Amino acid sequence: MTATVRARADLRPDLQHIADMIAPNTRVLDIGCGDGALLEYLVHSRQCDGRGVELSQAGVHACVSHGLSVIQGDADTDLEHYPDQAFDYIVLSQTLQAMRQPRAVLSHLVRIGRHAIVSITNYGYWRTRLSLVIQGRMPIVGEPGHRWYDSPNIHLCTTRDFLDLCKELDLAVERGLSIDRRGSARPVTMIDRLTNLRDEQGVFMLARGRR
Amino acid sequence: MAATPTRLAAMPLLATDTLPGHRVTFGQDQALKLDCGVMLAPYTIAYQTYGTLNADRSNAILVCHALTGDQFVAETHPVTGRPGWWEAVVGPGKLIDTQRFFVICVNVLGGCMGTTGPREINPANGKVFGLKFPVITIGDMVRAQAKLLDHLGIDQLFCVIGGSMGGMQVLEWASKYPKRVFCAVPIACATYHSAQNIAFHEVGRQAIMADPNWCGGNYIPRGKNPTKGLAVARMAAHITYLSEAALTRKFGRRLQEREMVTYGFDADFEVESYLRHQGITFVERFDANSYLYITRAMDYFDMEAEHGTVAKAFADTTVRFCVISFTSDWLFPTSESREIVHALNAAGANVSFVEIATDKGHDAFLLDEPEFHKTLDGFLDGCCEHRGLPRR
Repeated sequence: MTATVRARADLRPDLQHIADMIAPNTRVLDIGCGDGALLEYLVHSRQCDGRGVELSQAGVHACVSHGLSVIQGDADTDLEHYPDQAFDYIVLSQTLQAMRQPRAVLSHLVRIGRHAIVSITNYGYWRTRLSLVIQGRMPIVGEPGHRWYDSPNIHLCTTRDFLDLCKELDLAVERGLSIDRRGSARPVTMIDRLTNLRDEQGVFMLARGRR
Repeated sequence: MAATPTRLAAMPLLATDTLPGHRVTFGQDQALKLDCGVMLAPYTIAYQTYGTLNADRSNAILVCHALTGDQFVAETHPVTGRPGWWEAVVGPGKLIDTQRFFVICVNVLGGCMGTTGPREINPANGKVFGLKFPVITIGDMVRAQAKLLDHLGIDQLFCVIGGSMGGMQVLEWASKYPKRVFCAVPIACATYHSAQNIAFHEVGRQAIMADPNWCGGNYIPRGKNPTKGLAVARMAAHITYLSEAALTRKFGRRLQEREMVTYGFDADFEVESYLRHQGITFVERFDANSYLYITRAMDYFDMEAEHGTVAKAFADTTVRFCVISFTSDWLFPTSESREIVHALNAAGANVSFVEIATDKGHDAFLLDEPEFHKTLDGFLDGCCEHRGLPRR
């Protein structure tokens, strides 16, 4: 039996955009790695030394039983144990909104990784805004089967909110991608009102500020 | 089923020189330097192997046994007639497949299944060691195993794996001989023995030493055996290997072959009967002084005390780790496994960690736990790929 190498096409669009930011043969830590789709791609197709952290037992089982190096852990509490600059890249995809301390987590990311790649759901997306305005209900984004009271997503932000926090933390935004509903991306560095309205997701590569 | 004192006291001491498996004796020229300062020589290592070592000697797996385990990991036990202690995992076609791997299991130093320990003859004076046996440590056990690997001509183990005290040996192996270990699986263990665990061990030791047949540790020359004390030690320890949920599920408050309580101190409850049975069967195969020595070795284990920080014990390690814990294990709780993981992360080690949800307590690692086995299987298979060994 050989390892199932997921084809490029199988990666979720935002994961593919993240993968494209990562140079081959580098050390990568994926926080909230789920079933290990991105890690497996990076390890097998980019020859990366990939590690992961995942909260759910099901996710960890899926990863470890596929031969990936993943620990069952919680980014809110476990990141402090990693040494400075231990990884070339540290990835946090669609996980920031589930953190109890997103601000502290972001600070750890740029401490542990030379580059931190963070993907977020933009709650400023026009459809999301519209559903709140018209239906008068909290939008549930990207979490089918969840309602407001049981969603793991507890700290929601728009792309503008996110970039404001990056500025506050003195993080350098090295690259930015705004991703629309169909998964196609356009580069962004400064967020304008239109981007914040138009696109559903954002992927940003961050580093410690260079003052 | 009730343990009668006469039956216990009459049990003969086990002869180890006729046991199956292998024995190798290291002479004066290969003395073992123990942590207590004693140079131990000569000494004998009893071990068992399964499977065949491949041409480039890269498929060896060392299975480290727990406190009361022994080298008979995957065969009917020669003394008790019961299945080997890890037949759920080790054997032909099993997860640790003896048709693919060369499996070695060593009776630990201080043990009582043929390896030099307190029940063996002290070559210096021809008498049984008893309490003249030097106090040994987990480090000493592992050092002795390394000597055996030298003897077998195995430079690097594909894997070192074990649960509980076996897990402590795994950590010690990875720390002291990182180049000799490709991957390591410490299960249900910790980098130190907690105050609560030392306390339980002390209860066991006091039970043994309070038995008049212990004779100050000198029971063998006097033809006696402190089986009552040893049985009580085992009973107390056995409770710590289970969980309240498992005990409730298995026994509840059910009565033992009776309709109502007897207003006496016979084993009214099933759980009492079960524990007594555990005590009786244990003394058939285990030596009381060995129990003292091995529990002491566990108590002394403390990687932080030895290295300053646990992370330093694994600095720059190339070993691939898979740490596994069980939710209902209160002897080596998940929090202690997490400490191992944090230290390994701090050391930049390649580590996987899984906590298995089960109500079976510490002993879950010995039992049929599908999620545990699936995880272990995936980890080993992934490591085979990295090591260039054929995969399943």
